[in-house]
Amino acid sequence: MNALFDTRNNPKLVWAGVAVIALTLLVLPFALAQVGTTWVRITNFAILYVLLALGLNIVVGFAGLLDLGYVAFYAVGAYTYALLASPQFGLHLPFWVILPIGAMVAAFFGVLLGTPTLKLRGDYLAIVTLGFGEIVRIFLNNLSRPVNVTNGPQGIAGIDPFSFGAFDFSKPETLFGLDWSGPIKYYYLLLAVVLMVLAVNVRLQNSRIGRAWEAVREDETAARAMGINTTRMKLLAFAMGASFGGVAGGMFSAIQGFISPESFVLVESIMVVAMVVLGGMGNIWGVVLGAVLLSFVPEILRWTVQPLQEALFGRMLVEPEVIRMLIFGLALVLVMLFRPAGLLPSAVRQRELTDERAA
Amino acid sequence: MLLEVQGLEVHYGGIRAVKGIDLAVAEGELVCLIGANGAGKTSALKAICGLHARRGRVTYAGQALEGLPVFELPRRGLVMVPEGRGVFAQLTVAENLAMGAYARSDTEEIAGDLARQYASFPRLKERRHQTAGTLSGGEQQMLAIGRALMSRPKLLLLDEPSMGLAPLMVAKIFDIVREVAARGVTILLVEQNAKLALELAHRGYVMESGSITLADGAKELLANPKVREAYLGEDAG
Repeated sequence: MNALFDTRNNPKLVWAGVAVIALTLLVLPFALAQVGTTWVRITNFAILYVLLALGLNIVVGFAGLLDLGYVAFYAVGAYTYALLASPQFGLHLPFWVILPIGAMVAAFFGVLLGTPTLKLRGDYLAIVTLGFGEIVRIFLNNLSRPVNVTNGPQGIAGIDPFSFGAFDFSKPETLFGLDWSGPIKYYYLLLAVVLMVLAVNVRLQNSRIGRAWEAVREDETAARAMGINTTRMKLLAFAMGASFGGVAGGMFSAIQGFISPESFVLVESIMVVAMVVLGGMGNIWGVVLGAVLLSFVPEILRWTVQPLQEALFGRMLVEPEVIRMLIFGLALVLVMLFRPAGLLPSAVRQRELTDERAA
Repeated sequence: MLLEVQGLEVHYGGIRAVKGIDLAVAEGELVCLIGANGAGKTSALKAICGLHARRGRVTYAGQALEGLPVFELPRRGLVMVPEGRGVFAQLTVAENLAMGAYARSDTEEIAGDLARQYASFPRLKERRHQTAGTLSGGEQQMLAIGRALMSRPKLLLLDEPSMGLAPLMVAKIFDIVREVAARGVTILLVEQNAKLALELAHRGYVMESGSITLADGAKELLANPKVREAYLGEDAG
């Protein structure tokens, strides 16, 4: 069994593995569409969460800054898209113009949050970021008077889907003899974006910037004494993390066609933090795994809990929603007990935890 | 003078921890700043690098350091080894040393410098894949000094390198400091262990509750009855 995964002595295995994964990802939406288009949609949301988790991983995993208000950047990106491509202001800019704008606006908000919190660490930073997330949501809720910007709690409807000229991502089509539903088209777009973001993440981690973040996380004073501009590095982490959140938000907006402040509540931030922590802070592949698991498992439970109860007891005793959260919480506790550094820990975090035990 | 400090003051709230000190270090010198716990030595050193807000003038290599951020200093050859060593505990020894060269861009020469550190600290070479947190205190101090040397300092500020180390290790660390100085690196050494520091240094400053009370050659200070009584634990009589 071990020989099967011995990639060091057999580099061909790596390519074989990559090929298998690539093939799976390519045919996945059509396979899922056989079960139901809902599952393609669920997969799309899972990919959005992967994007969010990768963005947050830069802030939390790489730079070690605990951010509990990350959903604010998701909201900023989503609203930027919604305002520039909906009947709200009668603007209908193309998505490839808006997504970069959304990323930049989110990055600006990242710096806005980062600047006053430069001296804060750990719990204190967490509280401020938590407040920031709530402030953004409350602003979105109330920016309907005196000038109506966000339409308040009613949210913004009729948001343009992504389109390239006549090619509309939301409309079903038959291409190459296959039925391409809207979600399937979005799936490939999302996959492309997530691959790009992954590449950026991998490059970042092994770069000078990645090492500087590591130093900042370990010992800020020593990092400065080594010639690292810690202020710039922390703001860069906030800005980069936020910009990924902004891109994810823009895509969310387009896919949903409707957004309201309700989509950007605290629980969403906590969910993304849970994905990062559960998967393995600082490890890109761990974070991806965490996001995929935490997106799919609740959905799978949603679809199995009710039939299971009906088969066992003849009727439904406990609401699926309740049992979902119960199992979910239990799973998190178990993972933290048995794999405290996450399912796929980063090399450095793994050391941290084993050192503590040894001490 | 490579480093000149005039009227340096450090305040913590309403308390003046450093009350306007003057000191100078010439190129190639090894100067020590000695004094008891709480005399303000570490505060003074941190303020020189800008890690603390300060009043007064600090001139390095003929340039005032006013408004220059801390992270610019290694690029100009001024490097501090902070109190408590400040190694990156979860990074390996090799990664720590690499971090020392962060401010440099001459990749080829960095490799040579790394080999040089390993040659002078064979202990670090043995443990290069180990995390810094698993090293002993003395090894961590070696690592901190080695890491600082990776940025090719002209002036090295050492803050209490003997702190918390066993006597044998202290002697070893002081040997290393002597070697580094012999290689032409100018050193300002802050120490509580007055005897060892003075035996090593060319000149010394004695600091007492925020002020410099004595400044003299190291030999003269070692012979000074006041120093002998207060810092070397000898009776005045």
